[in-house]
Amino acid sequence: MNLTASLSLIAPELVLSASSLILLLMAAWMGDRHTQTISWLAALALAAATILAVPALSGGASGLSSEAFGGQFRADAYAAFAKILIYIAAIASILVAPAFFERLRAMRAEYPVLIVLATIGMSIMVSANDLMTLYIGLELNSLASYVLAAFLRNETRSAEAGLKYFVLGALASGILLFGMSLLYGFTGTTNFAGIESALGGGAQTGALFGLIFVLAGLAFKISAVPFHMWTPDVYEGAPTPVTLFFASAPKVAAVTLTARVALEAFGGQVEAWRQIVVFAALASIVVGALGAIGQTNLKRLLAYSSINNVGFLLIGLAAASLAGVAAMLAYLVVYVAMTLGSFVALLLLQDRTGEPLETLGDIAGLSSRSPGVAWSLLVLMFSLAGIPPLMGFWAKFVVFRAAVEADLLLLAVIGIAASVIGAFYYIKVVKVMFFDEPADREVAAAGGVNWAILIAAVLFISPLGYLLTGWLGTLANTAASALFIAA
Amino acid sequence: MIQTFAFYLFAVLLIASAVLVITSRNPVHAVLWLIVAFFNGAGLMVLVGAEFIAALLVIVYVGAVAVLFLFVVMMLDIDFAELRAGFIRHFPLGVLIALVLLAEIVLGVGAYRAGALELGAAGVAAEPIAGRSNIDNIGALLYTRYLFLFESAGLILLVAMIGAIVLTHRERPGSHKTHQNIDRQVRRRPQDATVMTRPDVGQGVEL
Repeated sequence: MNLTASLSLIAPELVLSASSLILLLMAAWMGDRHTQTISWLAALALAAATILAVPALSGGASGLSSEAFGGQFRADAYAAFAKILIYIAAIASILVAPAFFERLRAMRAEYPVLIVLATIGMSIMVSANDLMTLYIGLELNSLASYVLAAFLRNETRSAEAGLKYFVLGALASGILLFGMSLLYGFTGTTNFAGIESALGGGAQTGALFGLIFVLAGLAFKISAVPFHMWTPDVYEGAPTPVTLFFASAPKVAAVTLTARVALEAFGGQVEAWRQIVVFAALASIVVGALGAIGQTNLKRLLAYSSINNVGFLLIGLAAASLAGVAAMLAYLVVYVAMTLGSFVALLLLQDRTGEPLETLGDIAGLSSRSPGVAWSLLVLMFSLAGIPPLMGFWAKFVVFRAAVEADLLLLAVIGIAASVIGAFYYIKVVKVMFFDEPADREVAAAGGVNWAILIAAVLFISPLGYLLTGWLGTLANTAASALFIAA
Repeated sequence: MIQTFAFYLFAVLLIASAVLVITSRNPVHAVLWLIVAFFNGAGLMVLVGAEFIAALLVIVYVGAVAVLFLFVVMMLDIDFAELRAGFIRHFPLGVLIALVLLAEIVLGVGAYRAGALELGAAGVAAEPIAGRSNIDNIGALLYTRYLFLFESAGLILLVAMIGAIVLTHRERPGSHKTHQNIDRQVRRRPQDATVMTRPDVGQGVEL
């Protein structure tokens, strides 16, 4: 193991770790009054990490040369793709926070620091090439997330969200660890490539149990059905900027990590895990679509929407092909843009006293009171429903094409049928905004940064985004091929 | 021979006490069973030749974590009068557990002397450096091969500390007077703070 080479491969993580320590000291000495400065510096550090991750994107560092620390860590194109997406989502969740917390006088300088630390965790997750690296990254991310969920500690809902997330997350970690210990026991190694060669083509019962437990633990992280129960409660209770973070970056990290585990460690057991992934995908799509129908709180509605989207992402994984993983990555990009846009739009909605508007009743007739936000939400909802010519349609299209190519016709058909059910509640939001009697609550949209993020997200998913599909598709293909070179 | 016997003993007791942890109705008993479980786990570690891990299990888990659990359990709303009433009744059980643990220490040390248990061949795993103790081996691996994971684990602990402070620390307005003033503390001299007196017998001291 060459230490210098290894350190240069983890450059983004090093930059983030160093800046998190410096920012923590600044937070301790300068106090909460300088949160704005610390937030901008944290965003700057994340931007620097993004730039450092770009060179690996072109696939130049694929294969053996991308392995750091004796194969525990891989900085290949696949990891770089996910990292850039994660960093961008983290920047957005740092920049939207000050305006939200200042109204409650709860802004604290530790918020950007915790986001940066959680991001390091996710960065390690997507680069994990060893069960131990996987677990360390996952715990670093989870632990910071528990604290972030309970960040408004004086609000019962936020504290409840933190506690619920913590207890269920600890249980999921236990399940994951149990599966990992079984795998180690039956294969004698924690390295993904080592596990694959030790398992060979077959699957002993013991290792199969390990595989199931590991997948169950990861399914909790991506909130795939049947491990989704915490999602609506945590998303509703957590402060909205934190919910924006939860719905975007950790989803990217956990989904890409699951794909890497499934394809690299269990590349020979595709038939064994495919049925699990297919079940989780279909169940997530159906539960996400049906569960959202009765919701009146917009954050809960978006939580079910994210469960629904995880189902579509898993369809790409179930294909277990290069095209499937590339489709999954492309879907992730569009999903992050749609999620960031929806939650930023939510953050923009507040009445004159600064009280956030969070229920369907609050946004009735929004088109006459705040046309900008209303039209943006219209684009976002139509895109989430997968209505052409928006990018949401393209994302669903590539995923289903990959599934059909992999002979999973039934899965694709049921998925498309369920996405029609899902379209109902997205369109309901639009109907409430445009055709219902205006609610008597005034809307005062505020926040320059929020508008910038909203406009960028809406532009990306609008038909203009199709100009990028060629470029995005190539990137996703290069990234996905990094998984299959090793296999 | 003695290793096989010791292994089955430790393993059976470990599983039995783990079952009792989740079935016993009294939370204090559950924690005590947990201690027994940790102890037997340590015994198993001794059997495979990992004496350092065994020591850590006893010191960290039995010594610190379990005692912490006991404190938390004691803070729960439990009828202490009822618990105390049971002390005499449960005393034999406590003595029995202590005796079992003592016997296990003797047995474990005996089995350890007889050499480590052969485990299933795991050719890929790191071979311990012959002739060096567990601590040497762990240290050598931790700071070379597993350097990255070790440092990342440090970050996790940092997050735990930040989290505890973020969730519990609050500034109390109006407490500036009692606020710690390090400068004043450093400038303070012994002669300002203490007085040596030699009072007569029966006179008392003027404070």
